[in-house]
Amino acid sequence: MNFVRWRAVARKEFLHIRRDPRSLALSLAVPLLLLLMFGWALTLDVDRIPTYVYDWDGTPESRALIDQFRGSRYFDIQRYVHAYAPVDKQVDLSHILMVLVVPRDYARDILEGREADVQVIFDGSDSNTASIALGYAQSVIAVYGAELRSEAQIRRGAGKLKAAVDPRIRVMYNSDLESKNFIVPGLIAVTMMIIAALLTSLTVAREWETGTMEPLLSTPLRPAEIILGKLSAFFTLGFTDMLICVLVGVFIFHVPFRGSVWFLMFSSFLFLFGALCWGILVSTLARSQLVAYQVGILTSFLPAFLLSGFIYSIENMPKVIQAITYVVPARYFVSILKGVFLKGAGIRILATETAFLFVYASLAFFLAVKKMRQKVA
Amino acid sequence: MPTNSASAVSIRALVKRFGSFVAVDHVTLEVSKGEIFGFLGPNGAGKSTTIRILCGLLEPTEGAATVGGMDVATQSELIKQHIGYMSQRFSLYDDLTVEENIDFFSGIYGVAEDKAAARKDYVLKMAGLQHRRSSLTRLLSGGWKQRLALGCAILHEPPILFLDEPTSGVDPIARRQFWDLIYQLSGAGHTIFVSTHYMDEAEYCHRIALMYAGKVIALGTPAELKQSLESHQILYVESSDIRGSMTLIEKLPGVTDVAVFGGGLHVTVDNAETASPSIRRTLDDAHISTMQIERIQPSMEDVFVAKIEQEERNAA
Repeated sequence: MNFVRWRAVARKEFLHIRRDPRSLALSLAVPLLLLLMFGWALTLDVDRIPTYVYDWDGTPESRALIDQFRGSRYFDIQRYVHAYAPVDKQVDLSHILMVLVVPRDYARDILEGREADVQVIFDGSDSNTASIALGYAQSVIAVYGAELRSEAQIRRGAGKLKAAVDPRIRVMYNSDLESKNFIVPGLIAVTMMIIAALLTSLTVAREWETGTMEPLLSTPLRPAEIILGKLSAFFTLGFTDMLICVLVGVFIFHVPFRGSVWFLMFSSFLFLFGALCWGILVSTLARSQLVAYQVGILTSFLPAFLLSGFIYSIENMPKVIQAITYVVPARYFVSILKGVFLKGAGIRILATETAFLFVYASLAFFLAVKKMRQKVA
Repeated sequence: MPTNSASAVSIRALVKRFGSFVAVDHVTLEVSKGEIFGFLGPNGAGKSTTIRILCGLLEPTEGAATVGGMDVATQSELIKQHIGYMSQRFSLYDDLTVEENIDFFSGIYGVAEDKAAARKDYVLKMAGLQHRRSSLTRLLSGGWKQRLALGCAILHEPPILFLDEPTSGVDPIARRQFWDLIYQLSGAGHTIFVSTHYMDEAEYCHRIALMYAGKVIALGTPAELKQSLESHQILYVESSDIRGSMTLIEKLPGVTDVAVFGGGLHVTVDNAETASPSIRRTLDDAHISTMQIERIQPSMEDVFVAKIEQEERNAA
């Protein structure tokens, strides 16, 4: 390892970046764009569910029930209808997601102390949203039902009825249960993985294609020096992207940041180093810019997006897929990011994840050097 | 580097196979210090492969070679500090300026900082690029790029230079200028190992090896190689009907080859003394007027064609 040679390569790579302002702008804009797009679009929160109401009963009692839905921010009552026909059509058009149907005898049943039925129709084609909406609707009706029962008891002079079990719920870390708080930190890992692949996948392949690699290998330049020189330049870019992502997360999406900045820097360093080495390895193996780019994106973006637990929780995956996630470095970084952002966790709690990132970074570097060392043909 | 050995490059029974294809087939040769050694042959003859092995870019399948007394199989990292290599695709960075390219190669060759500025000036002057030091390399013409690439390969003053078809794709004037540089470098004590497929460039070399299908089929000074063609004497024939005379001459005994050359014919014969009158007679009989029949020195191209034909006859 010779510092002068390393520095010469790094300087050359910086010049390449400077001479290509469009790519430079792209590499800074892409993470910002990804983060904003995903951060706003990829929301799992369900609220303002478009709802129709079909009130057959038309009594003060039925209106009282409907008011429970009107008062909730989770439902948006768009229209009152008086037949099933418009309902079917609107569901088919995906204009509405839920229909609350109050049957004709609702008030009479309530007043006579019988159990009253209420029909709720859902569009189940988006199962996730439907099941969340179903939960909301059930809880609105259950709470209101309990209230009615208790009022009835009081009217009969039996005193207020106490519930047998009264849950007191405390949600730790993401107390508003806002999905952006858990998506944005994970998104940083995915974005960094894409950027690392974008930055590096072309670098070695380009040198092979333009014929500059061969003379480099005829000089005293060592593979490790080539890789570290290239890394110095890309790392500067990548780390800038990383900081942009963190700042956007904290200041635009207002994701709470509870952990140590230093630990975040340290783990980002490990992750970025590994991801960049991986990109260089892919580029070395491919030797053609097009192939390198495709393989780079495929092997970095897809696993980071699907198998990192960034949005699809690993616990719910089939066992085989779960096993595969252990070799996806983004998995560990996503855990670290969520821990640092939301829980304020440090290296003691995230030691395993940090260790895995370290192993990944070393392995990727080692393989990249080894492959680079191979001869021309 | 060890200086005790007299030869700069020594190759013994070198073989390189790619699968079943034999790119280099038992090549043996020596290059003395300070020599301009030319590697001549058509594309695909194995010239580049041999040079790449010598530069430590490829590993030999069999045989041995030393560069500056160092073994290519075991000491390639050491060799790399003592050679300059220029590939046929002037390996420069197009998006860097002339000066930045020089600085980069200066850095990776580990040119000492107190010497780097002087070496840069030397290279800029040698390539005639003093006034274009801040130009992007992309904007340079082929000849400039070629001289810059050569300059970048000699920044660290390597005793041995490997130039792999350095003149392909540049204009004749630039080629001429390039050879002037090679002479300069040779005069300064560099050993130069250069490959080319331009026959005229062979004349500039001190010694040449003709390579064909992975084998060295002739080795010597240009004069020696021409003399070796004793059985192939060449007559230059100019007549009023070139096509007509060609078909007639081909049928004559003692004629091995007839080829159109400029405005006349190159006729390869076993014996010029007897062939000359018989050609004249034949053309007279066919009422073709003969302007000129003259024995000429074979060119390098004649030598090369003759050697390849001989090689192919032997193989058949």
